[in-house]
Formats: sequence, structure tokens, C-alpha cells
Amino acid sequence: MTAALQIVFDALSLGGLYALGALGIALIFGVMRLVNFAHGDFIAFCVFAMLWPSINAAAIVFAGNLPFYLLIPVLLLVGAALSMLSEVVVFRRFRNANPATMMIASFALGFVVRHLLLMLYSSRPKSITLWPSLGLPVEIFGARIPMLQVVTIIITVAVLAVLTLFLKRTRYGLEMRAAAENFTMARMLGVRANNVILLAFAISGMLAAAIGLILATNSGTADIGMGANVMLIAFIATVIGGLGSLPGAVAAGFLIGAASVVFQATLPHDLRVFRDAFVYGAVIVVLLVRPQGLFAPKSAKQRV
Amino acid sequence: MTLLAVDDVTVRYGRLTALRGITLAITEGEVLFVTGPNGAGKSTLLNAIAGVVPPISGAITLDGANVTGASPEQIARLGFSLVPEGRNVFAGLTIEENLKVGAGMRIDKHKVAGDLDFVYREFPMLAERRHTAAGMLSGGQQQMLVIGRALMASPRLMAIDEPSLGLAPKIIDQVYDILMRLRAQRTLTLLIVEQSSTRAMMTGGRMILMRGGRIVLEGDARDMVKDKALKQAYFGFGDH
Repeated sequence: MTAALQIVFDALSLGGLYALGALGIALIFGVMRLVNFAHGDFIAFCVFAMLWPSINAAAIVFAGNLPFYLLIPVLLLVGAALSMLSEVVVFRRFRNANPATMMIASFALGFVVRHLLLMLYSSRPKSITLWPSLGLPVEIFGARIPMLQVVTIIITVAVLAVLTLFLKRTRYGLEMRAAAENFTMARMLGVRANNVILLAFAISGMLAAAIGLILATNSGTADIGMGANVMLIAFIATVIGGLGSLPGAVAAGFLIGAASVVFQATLPHDLRVFRDAFVYGAVIVVLLVRPQGLFAPKSAKQRV
Repeated sequence: MTLLAVDDVTVRYGRLTALRGITLAITEGEVLFVTGPNGAGKSTLLNAIAGVVPPISGAITLDGANVTGASPEQIARLGFSLVPEGRNVFAGLTIEENLKVGAGMRIDKHKVAGDLDFVYREFPMLAERRHTAAGMLSGGQQQMLVIGRALMASPRLMAIDEPSLGLAPKIIDQVYDILMRLRAQRTLTLLIVEQSSTRAMMTGGRMILMRGGRIVLEGDARDMVKDKALKQAYFGFGDH
């Protein structure tokens, strides 16, 4: 029972992380058909923004020293600003380019961000301690769960709830959903293309910052490649979820997280090192059965 | 008063010229039909006015303002509403959400609720299913929804591309009934694109016949269609 509960919590926290990542990718894909492969580097950038630039092994904590009620908004702002800047400086020039061109532009941007970090901080991972008290376990129904996992799950749920409210209840959310389905039609109804796209980038950047915070708290290190793994899984989640579908991206993020944790717990000991191969194998099976994704958006369906 | 003036507009898609020096004007309150065979450039004309395809030469003036090369959202905000071919509902949004997107840019927010009621009165079927996803509607219902959505923008000039495409004759009658009633009630200027001239003849109004990216004939719809010889010569197809 407690073992099962442990698995549930593991799955929810890991899945939540992937879901947040997938949302960041899917939001931008929805409004401009761009798969932003620089997203992983945005995550790393947000983490390093807490440190003072130096090439020493010991991190000089800078913004990271702020109390949490200041650090979180500051970091969200950093993520949003970086993301919006990338749209204004880079992606706006590729607005009507074909998706492959935009994707390559995003790879290039990712390289620039990564090498900027390399220049400022060197390639050595740095240790960074945020809120050590979150590492302590709490007891829930007899299972000992690290506080951080509980917090991660709460953050994910809160972010999803706020984003859902925003998309369903506000005018800008409505315009973003409309633009994601049919951008030209939305513009012909007066929806301002630049505003909607900029807003999508801002939200996506904030999601990257949230992931950066969770990763840094979890691992206690800042590493230039730290966003890459989440980015890769998040991208796969958006594909499995049906490209363009936000609920699909979230669901697929949770699904991959759950699959990962379940394989880890149930595979025979010798096979556990190959856990990722099993996860990606499952991904291939899903795509063979449903190449359009599990939750293809309604706009992609045939109409009468 | 001239609401829309298209002056010597040429549009190219790559090496293909879709519009060759089109000139036309629409007076406030009138109904203008644009007809012609497939590939005549009718839809391109609407897209050029809407700002979706930029003309390579010529000028478009909407309500006195030069909108040549302006973005679709700028043109929409000046009072032009296009109902494009193929209906283009936001399938994942509910009916009410579709209608609200149409009203999003309006400055006179206090009138939006009244217009929503108006659309629901004109299209009771939409009111009944207001929380249904628009993708679940039939073709005819989607046509009503996109017309309603365009109305929510409170346009001065509404352009509709092939409103009768793929609809049963009875539904087409209904759509035109509503359009003509709206025109009378709201001083709406209409620009309607249809492949066949039958509707233009039945409804009355001015008609433009396009072929190969040019305007080949212009006049009162009823007079034009009466003239059998002209019809044969310019339409290139039989009775519709």
C-alpha cells in the first residue's frame, strides 16, 4: 500500500514536470506552428539567473538569496522576458517561414543561449541549495514523501488551474485558443497576431522558469544541459498528445511520467537501466496505433 | 457614399496572377454580388480586401482610409468582416465562445450583450446549443454561426464567400432570408461571392462577373441574367 502510494506520488510529480514542459511547447506550437527547441535552454537560463556569473566551481548565489515570495516572481519574469525577447528578436522574422525553418532557427537560438551560459559560468555544474527544508519527508497515509514532491504536485496543479481559467474565462485566453485553431480567421476577426504570440511566449517562458526552479531544488545543482531531458520528453509529450492540443500535451506529459515511474518500479532489476528504452518503446507503440496523437485537436478532425 | 474602393489591384501567387487590375466600388447600404467560374479570382479578391494576401500593385480604400498592405486585424478593426469559404468555425470552442471572439475587438463593449441576444434571436438554433462545441454542428448550422460571428464584430461591410456552398437548397433560402433581413435592419453593406448567378438574380442588386482575374461584366443582376446571349458568352456555362 505505502509502496503503491510512493509510486503514485513519484508519477504525479515527475509527470507534472513533464506536463509543464509540454504545455510550454504546445502553447507556442498552437499559435505559430513552431516547435521551440530552445525551450530546454530557457530552463537552464532561468536556473543560472539565480547565480552571479563566475567560472568558479562554487556558485555565488545572487538572486537565489531572495526570499521565496520575491525569488519566484523575479524568476518568472526572467523566463517571460527571455522568451518574449526571443520572439521579438528571432522568431518574428520567421513568422511565415515553413515549420522546418523555424525549428532550425530555434536550435540556433538554443545554441546561442547555451554558449552564453558557458561563457559566463563555464561548463562545470554548480551546486545550488534552495530551500533545504523541502528535502525533508512528510508522512501521508503511512508513506514518507519528500516535501518537494508534494510541493511540485501542488505547483503543477495550481499552474494548470490558473492556465485553464485564463484560457477559458478571459478574453485573451479565448483569443489564444481561437488563434491556435485558425490563426488567419482569428486575425480576420480583429485578434492582434503580435499580442497573442507574445503572450504565448510570455506564458511559455514562465513555465520554463517554474520547471527550472523545481529542477534546481530537486537536484541541488545548476547544469547547463539540465533542461535538455525535460525538453525532449516534453516535445514527445506534445506529439503523443496530438500537436496543438493543450489538454493532450498535459495528459501525455503525465502519462510519460507515470510510465517512467512504473517501469522503474516493476521492471526486473537487471532491466532497470534500460528503463528509458522501454518508455520510448511505449511511445513508438502509441504512435504506431495513433499517429495523429492520443488527443488530436478538434480542428484537425474532419468536418461535415 | 463609397464604403470600399478597390483601385487597379493586382495579386500574384508566385508566378500565377490571380487578379489583374481589378477596380470596383461599393456604396454604403448596397448588395454587390461577385460571380464567375472557378479560378476567376473571386476568393482572392476577398482575401486581398481582408489583408490576407497583399496586392503587388493598386490601392484599396475602406471608409476613406487607405488599407493597402494593412494587416487583417487592422482591416477588421475598420469595420470589414469576412466570412471565408469553408466556414472556418473554431471547432474546439463552444458556439458562445465563437461569437465572443467575433466581438473581442469592439470598443462599444456595452452593446455586445445586446448583439449576442440579437444573434440568438435570429438563429434560435445557436441559442439552444450555445455551450456545444462548434465542431459538432452541421454544415448549415456552421454557416449560421460564422455569419453570426461576423455580425458580432458589428461590421459596416460584410463579405461572404460562397454562402451556399455545400448546403441544401432549403438551408440556402434560409441563409439568404436572414442576410437580407439583417441588411435592412442594420444598414449592413454586403459583398457576396457566389459561383452561380441564380441567387444574385433572385435577390437583386448589383452584380460583377469575373473571369481569369478580370471583371468582364458589371450591371444590375436581374438585367444581366435576362440577357441570354450575354450569359452564354461570358459565363461559359449553362443555366444554373
